[in-house]
Amino acid sequence: MSEPIQLTRKDFVSSQAVRWCPGCGDYGILSQMQKVMPELGIPREKIVFISGIGCSSRFPYYMNTFGIHSIHGRAPTLATGLKLANPDLTVAVITGDGDGLSIGGNHLLHAMRRNVNIKIFLFNNRIYGLTKGQYSPTSLPGTKTKSSPLGSIEQAFNPISVALGAEATFIARTVDVEQKHMGETIRRAFEHNGVAFVEIFQNCVIFNDGTWAPVTERDIKDDNRVVLEHGKPMIFGKNSDKGIRMSRCMQPEVVSLDDVSPAELLHHDEHDENGMLAYMLSRMTYPAFPIPVGVFRQVQRPVYEETVLQQVADAQARRGKGTLRDLYSADETWTISRNGHDPDPMLFGEG
Amino acid sequence: MAESIKPVHVEEVEDVVIRFAGDSGDGMQLTGTQFTNTAAIIGNDISTLPEFPAEIRAPVGTTAGVSGFQVHIASRDIFTSGDEPHVLIAMNPAALKVSLGDLLPGGTVIVDEDEFTPANLRKADYLSNPLEDGTLAGYHVHKVRLTTLNRNAVQGVEGLSAKEVDRSRNFFALGLTFWIYDRPLDSTLEWIEDKFKKNPPAQTANRRALEAGYYLGETAEAFSTRYKVKPAALPEGNYRKVTGNEAVALGMVTAATLANKPLIYCTYPITPASDILHFLAPLRNFDVRTYQAEDEIAAMGATIGAAFGGAFAATGTSGPGLALKSEAINLAVVLELPMVIVDVQRGGPSTGMPTKPEQADLLQVLFGRNGESPVPVLAPQSPADGFDIAVEAFRLAVRAMTPVFVLSDGYLANSAEPWALPDPDTMEPIVITHPTAADYGEGNPFLPFGRNPETLGRPWPLPGEYGLEHRIGGLSKQPGTGNVSYSPDDNERMIHDRAEKVARLAEVIPLLQVFGEPSGDLLVIGWGSSYGAIHQAVERAQRAGASVSAVHLRHLNPFPANLDEIMHNFKQILVPEMNLGQLAMLLRAKTLLPVISMGKVRGRPFKISEISARIDELLGNNA
Repeated sequence: MSEPIQLTRKDFVSSQAVRWCPGCGDYGILSQMQKVMPELGIPREKIVFISGIGCSSRFPYYMNTFGIHSIHGRAPTLATGLKLANPDLTVAVITGDGDGLSIGGNHLLHAMRRNVNIKIFLFNNRIYGLTKGQYSPTSLPGTKTKSSPLGSIEQAFNPISVALGAEATFIARTVDVEQKHMGETIRRAFEHNGVAFVEIFQNCVIFNDGTWAPVTERDIKDDNRVVLEHGKPMIFGKNSDKGIRMSRCMQPEVVSLDDVSPAELLHHDEHDENGMLAYMLSRMTYPAFPIPVGVFRQVQRPVYEETVLQQVADAQARRGKGTLRDLYSADETWTISRNGHDPDPMLFGEG
Repeated sequence: MAESIKPVHVEEVEDVVIRFAGDSGDGMQLTGTQFTNTAAIIGNDISTLPEFPAEIRAPVGTTAGVSGFQVHIASRDIFTSGDEPHVLIAMNPAALKVSLGDLLPGGTVIVDEDEFTPANLRKADYLSNPLEDGTLAGYHVHKVRLTTLNRNAVQGVEGLSAKEVDRSRNFFALGLTFWIYDRPLDSTLEWIEDKFKKNPPAQTANRRALEAGYYLGETAEAFSTRYKVKPAALPEGNYRKVTGNEAVALGMVTAATLANKPLIYCTYPITPASDILHFLAPLRNFDVRTYQAEDEIAAMGATIGAAFGGAFAATGTSGPGLALKSEAINLAVVLELPMVIVDVQRGGPSTGMPTKPEQADLLQVLFGRNGESPVPVLAPQSPADGFDIAVEAFRLAVRAMTPVFVLSDGYLANSAEPWALPDPDTMEPIVITHPTAADYGEGNPFLPFGRNPETLGRPWPLPGEYGLEHRIGGLSKQPGTGNVSYSPDDNERMIHDRAEKVARLAEVIPLLQVFGEPSGDLLVIGWGSSYGAIHQAVERAQRAGASVSAVHLRHLNPFPANLDEIMHNFKQILVPEMNLGQLAMLLRAKTLLPVISMGKVRGRPFKISEISARIDELLGNNA
């Protein structure tokens, strides 16, 4: 049995040597995850990390919890089956832009739609790293890679818009180098009862270095991103002198606080049921707008596996726990005896 | 029933094969099922073969839209739904056209004469009326104005449209058939009562139609012979009717219950496997958790996740779905988790013939994945055998810690036969021990891939268990720890161990029983749904004095331990299967014997006569 001992970061570090490239953004994410886990108060043995294939998907090997390094794009499917078997477990899915939005796009959508209580962390570096540098479904049009020497001609996915379209109940974005913000976002994802989707801007130092520079470079980042805080006006800028306001045409616009008071600015509402505000925010991108980071949306909906277990409990309360004898005779039966055959009275069961 | 008012000749027959055929909207499946239920309840042995188009509603009156239901009832033990119907009930010209070729020469045809209009004949591509042009010469034909007689019978029932009146036509045909075969109406009347209790007009119409059909037999001069099929001498016990899909579902719930586990069935709808899901979905009070995934791959992934979590996990699919699942099945093989994968085979390749059976997934199941990927494979030989096979599949899965295949097919899936209800109290429980930290200590570390020396199965540690945190994955592993390893020795060791643990299941699967003499001129080897046809063909040859025996493989990997020895005791070996020789290829490779393959890929089960003919041919050559 588990004992109520206070876990520390070290308890979550596995014996396996970490094998990401030096300078990879994944180190920061791993470190923050190992720091946040003991703060959640969840016994280590109740935690399972499940990944697909790709650089990010090595993650479970480095977490001293239960874990599965599965196959490309399918981690959400294993996570769903696991939660159906044991809803008490805390299950996290680690995926990337290729794993989660390309080969595994379908599973990601449906796990979010069903509101399975799993925590999905999508490390977005806008490139295929483990296969050595092809463009990914989040690579911007024009991105030149080995597989797109003339520049990518494909529209990029916006992961937050996708998650909103798939009806996820918790949607957030954070950045690999923002340790404090990332830790807070991870913590909130685990505390949400329902599916959580967290996009983490992550730098691939080898194949796509600097792809998030506008929001990570010290001297410019504050002008290029807005930190979402529930109930607060949307203010950003190095000197906190800019804000987001809705125009008369119901379009967001960047305004100067010299001209506009904070009260007139757009205020963030994570719990907006219809998701319109969150969708609008998801469409704001550099350079026309600051890129929002933080929690876009948090709403409550019935949790998939809890509902399944509730159906089991309700059926057993109503009809009693099924026995094999009940099961076999739930259809019409008849008896054959030495004296001939006696049809049983018709036995129609509910099945 | 009242005494007949006309002279009636009663003939006692051992068995009869009847086919009901009509448009897919004519209710033929229902009609056939009602006839079958009544026959079963009065004690006949039964075997059925429904046949329906893949289209839900093909154009009315066309041959593409014909739905048929064949039922074989007998006073003795029977094994198939019959080679050739003795009687065909054809509700329209298209049904006659599709089924006439199968009818026994000299057999009986009952047609709805009203339906043979020029327009309907055209829809069925008849250039002239088969009722008049000699097409039916050689058959015993009853032209009955079924639609008209039924309208007369149902006339006056309030609240029915003309269309709804005609919808009861199938009950009229059923009533007539009940008279001819001297079956009571009670069971069907009760069914109508119950089924239509919320729709009194339909209830009345169907009851009147059924009774009117029966009395037509009683009074019409044309029907002068009734046939009696006595109850069969089935073993004592309580029975119900099961299809192969139902039996597999019942077996899976039974296995989970015996292990005190929830059954988690993860699947994606696909013909002809979907009925397993439909059967399981309402069983929430048995702690059956069904999961309809977004696709076949997701269904397999969820099955793996559920097995990792400690449930009895299973998935069901057909050939095209299995192809999609292959990569995830390989993950299950190397994670070494127990689960059951049901493949209800259908005609392929590609989309093929979704509602027709074939046995051509055998090599896909055994070899259709990258790398060395051994899996145990079981195959039920009859619909009811699906129960025993499903229970055994779970027993083997937890023993060897591996996914186990159940290879059914579209014929078994939809065919029904009587099933003697087993006694749950006499079933051996499935005992599973999940390790805890207390099982390990100094000098005895927890090894996720440590192996049981006898079975070579690994432990089944569950997430949530304190002190047993570990990671597993698809990469090559170090034996014992399961840590990632690309070492040549480690890789080879793990591949050999996984093969060996599957091979060792031969120690616990039953030995083959030879049907007939243990040696002789010819051995017929079959697997899966062809059991009935092979068994009866071999029995027929044996009665004629031929030196023929048969074995039927319910285990295709590993093979039963005595297969090799049995095969070497015969001069010739014939393998009939619904593919182009897949088992034959495996048997040749295993024994180096010149196995003779007999393939059939017509989307129809083997007929007894086809196998008999081949047996005669081979023995003739041998003489």
